[in-house]
Amino acid sequence: MTPVKLYPPKPEKVYFFGTCLIDLFYPEAGMDGIRLLEREGIEVHYPQAQTCCGQPAYTSGYQQEARAVAAAQLDLFPEPWPIIVPSGSCGGMMRTHYPQLFAGTGHEARANEVAGRIYELTEFLLHVCQLRLEDRGQPEKVAMHTSCSARREMGLGETGPTLLARMGQVELVEQARATECCGFGGTFAVRHPEVSAAMVEDKTQAIEATGVKRFVTSDCGCLMNIGGRFEHQGKAVAGEHIASYLWRRTS
Amino acid sequence: MSASGVQTYTPREFHRQAHDALGNPQIRANFRRAMDGLMAKRRDVFSDWDLETLRELGANIRLRALAKLPDLLEQLEANCQANGIQVHWAENGDEACRVIREICERHEAKAVIKGKSMVSEEMHLNAHLEEAGIEALESDLGEYLVQLNEQTPSHIIMPAIHLNTDEISDIMHEKTGTERTRDVDYMTAAARAQLRERFMAADVGISGVNFAVAETGTLCLVENEGNGRMTTAVPPVHIAVTGIEKVVEHLRDVPPLYALLTRSATGQHVTTYFNMISSPRKEGEHDGPSEVHLVLVDSGRSNIYQDDELLDTLRCIRCGACMNHCPVYTRVGGHTYGTTYPGPIGSILMPHMMGLEETRDLPSASSLCGACGEVCPVKIPIPDLLVRLRREAVGEGRGNVPGAGVKRTKKEVAAWKTYQWLATHPAAWRSGTAIAGKLQALVPSKLGPWTEHRTAPRPAKVSLHALVKQHKAKRHQAGKSDDDGEKRS
Amino acid sequence: MSARDNILERLRQRADGPLTAPQSDFSVVTGRGWSQADRLERFERLITSVHGEVVHVAQANWTAELVELLHAKGIRRLALGREHPVAAEARAALDGKDVALLDADRDIETWQHEQFHETDAGLTSTRGAIAETGSLWLWPTPDEPRLLSLVPPIHIAVLDANSIEDTFFDVIETHGWAGGMPTNALLISGPSKTADIEQTLAYGVHGPRELVVLVRHAKEHS
Repeated sequence: MTPVKLYPPKPEKVYFFGTCLIDLFYPEAGMDGIRLLEREGIEVHYPQAQTCCGQPAYTSGYQQEARAVAAAQLDLFPEPWPIIVPSGSCGGMMRTHYPQLFAGTGHEARANEVAGRIYELTEFLLHVCQLRLEDRGQPEKVAMHTSCSARREMGLGETGPTLLARMGQVELVEQARATECCGFGGTFAVRHPEVSAAMVEDKTQAIEATGVKRFVTSDCGCLMNIGGRFEHQGKAVAGEHIASYLWRRTS
Repeated sequence: MSASGVQTYTPREFHRQAHDALGNPQIRANFRRAMDGLMAKRRDVFSDWDLETLRELGANIRLRALAKLPDLLEQLEANCQANGIQVHWAENGDEACRVIREICERHEAKAVIKGKSMVSEEMHLNAHLEEAGIEALESDLGEYLVQLNEQTPSHIIMPAIHLNTDEISDIMHEKTGTERTRDVDYMTAAARAQLRERFMAADVGISGVNFAVAETGTLCLVENEGNGRMTTAVPPVHIAVTGIEKVVEHLRDVPPLYALLTRSATGQHVTTYFNMISSPRKEGEHDGPSEVHLVLVDSGRSNIYQDDELLDTLRCIRCGACMNHCPVYTRVGGHTYGTTYPGPIGSILMPHMMGLEETRDLPSASSLCGACGEVCPVKIPIPDLLVRLRREAVGEGRGNVPGAGVKRTKKEVAAWKTYQWLATHPAAWRSGTAIAGKLQALVPSKLGPWTEHRTAPRPAKVSLHALVKQHKAKRHQAGKSDDDGEKRS
Repeated sequence: MSARDNILERLRQRADGPLTAPQSDFSVVTGRGWSQADRLERFERLITSVHGEVVHVAQANWTAELVELLHAKGIRRLALGREHPVAAEARAALDGKDVALLDADRDIETWQHEQFHETDAGLTSTRGAIAETGSLWLWPTPDEPRLLSLVPPIHIAVLDANSIEDTFFDVIETHGWAGGMPTNALLISGPSKTADIEQTLAYGVHGPRELVVLVRHAKEHS
């Protein structure tokens, strides 16, 4: 489940796959990811024909629909550049499930090839860009929620925290049961709303109990879920995508 | 939770049962505390092991056993018979119940004492025997308590984990006349005394099997209490009942699986007893049953066996680690699932036994967080199998699961087709996201279930697609030339 | 067709075709390379961590220690075998002492009530032990039947220090278990226990409340 990946040297150019949630709800997080990459001297290409990785249909069992949507993304990355995805969930879909989704179809070879070029944003910033960060923000305590897909499907439980540790003024505090799911799970939150609500309630309580006023995450699904819960309760804990947090404090 | 009145749960009522469990602070607290403890214990006990290598070996042993399954079952049968163990086969639970009842009747048995066996739960053996006038008493302490309380187990390893000390004290008081107390030693000693008499009086002992070794015809039982040893050694007849997938090829396959089982289940290095039975009492021996029977039950397993992907389900060694680590199970508890096997393993196993019609809400009752797959000692890709069953449920799988397609509705298909059309027509997608932003104010503030507990996300005024375009234009003006890496946009 | 034939037929005619059996590499469960001192230390640490008691005794006078132990625990009725040297030596040492010796080599039907209700402890030999998990291994015999280590409230097991091996896998392989299994083979790691009442550990739920391991050392144990 946790592939040992040999990381290449920093490339000149990369593709950026923004993900549908960022496109629709958190475009600034996507822009901040692009800015972080550009600051490292990397030319970022954003194929305008990109839409969605297909995961919502895939995890709902709608295999044909997922395959059609995923197939439409496969053509967007013709050059052999890394493909950066600011989400462990979509990254996990493209890296882990595209090969399964297209196994035995005419797209198999291309799907495998694309999957091999997928990097989650924090993974790429840490392991490929060897990102140095000069924190210009005020001293602050922050909590991080790493998405389950980033942690378990992509094996990236430590990339976000490692980047935060490079921020001179930021103290990362760990909430209780940090590795437990926040209850989003895509359509799970809609199909089993009460269970999902119980999970996010526990997650917000755990974060609040650390005393932080801010949490960051590398996945907008979790951000929407946890942040939406805090907002609904009128709690003064704000959520932010880690790309925005890093960019905001270092630019 | 009343101690009287039979409580029945069904997977059809998952939502209602989940609602009830979520609203029960006692249940919530009992499970949370127990699962936290079990997770911590597992983490500690594996800390000095090369866990990944051990899991790799465990998966490999189980896969090898499955690859040779029909041959190994025949070998197991032949070796058991050579050792004097009588072997029976049953296509389903009813048939297995009949086989067991007939053995009991042959011995004019009135009282059966049982060791823990999930397969016997799966086939509702106790009820079947009771209909035939044979009393079946559970002897594992947790099972005994659950039986006293007229319930079914809520966990496959710790059957009474949904009950706390006070509740158990009340149950024992009401049903057996013990004093009300919080003294666990007192209650344990009372149960010991009650059950010892029943062991001596039992005509037949019925147990499960953790591993059946084909090479030697040996039945292995894993336990801490000693009730398994009592059940298999005190009554004159022992009947072991197990699923056909429990066979392993060699005796040397057992130590790695045993190591994985105890550590994964309860965070123990080892259980108190590892009981290996290879024959009935031999000439000259002074104790042990004079007859030993092995009942091999299929109940849908050979159907699971047909499919390369679903086959992984049969690697399971029933440790329960997937439920201990499941954030859904932790919150709703075992009874909510309404099935013999709850939690993640139940959600990928029970649809084969009960059909997707009955179990329609189980495969979706997971956020796919992956915790179950991460801890599974034999590396069953549980999240992938949950997705596979979701596909089967909506009729986009291979049709290899009973009730395939039962959840396919016109409305939902239409929704996903619309999604597909938009996501494969980039221009429409872009204008769609742009419109959503422009119409932000019109997006309803109530989006059904989501907004009961959370504030709805607001579509951004400008989509990322549009922001990138503006950004590129600015960079272009600033003299930075980004060539277009797209051939098709 | 019988259920047996139907089941085997379905398995043999597998829809997705025959499966390939992988080879297994067992190195993770063997080759610990522990010294005898390591093994003893580990065995003791683990079995005591689950409430087992360990008493180190010199081979030469182990029965004297046994007598003392019986006295200390108030054991007045001890069940034991006859032929095994452990039983024979114990009987010799207890001859004329204030402990009733109950013959374990009787058909259980003749003394079940006595065993369940009027026996303070059972004494058994052991075939060896496993350092990795702190486990004793026993192959019950007509002389020392299987219930002797289970029914009495105290189980006293005699173990030779030099018979502790590294892992369960090693024991199975070294002693060729697969070549001939006894009616019943047992690993015992501590007294009977349960955590079924709210995860609270309680001992002696069905089997012995106490397990005492007399570890016999050929030379004086330092």
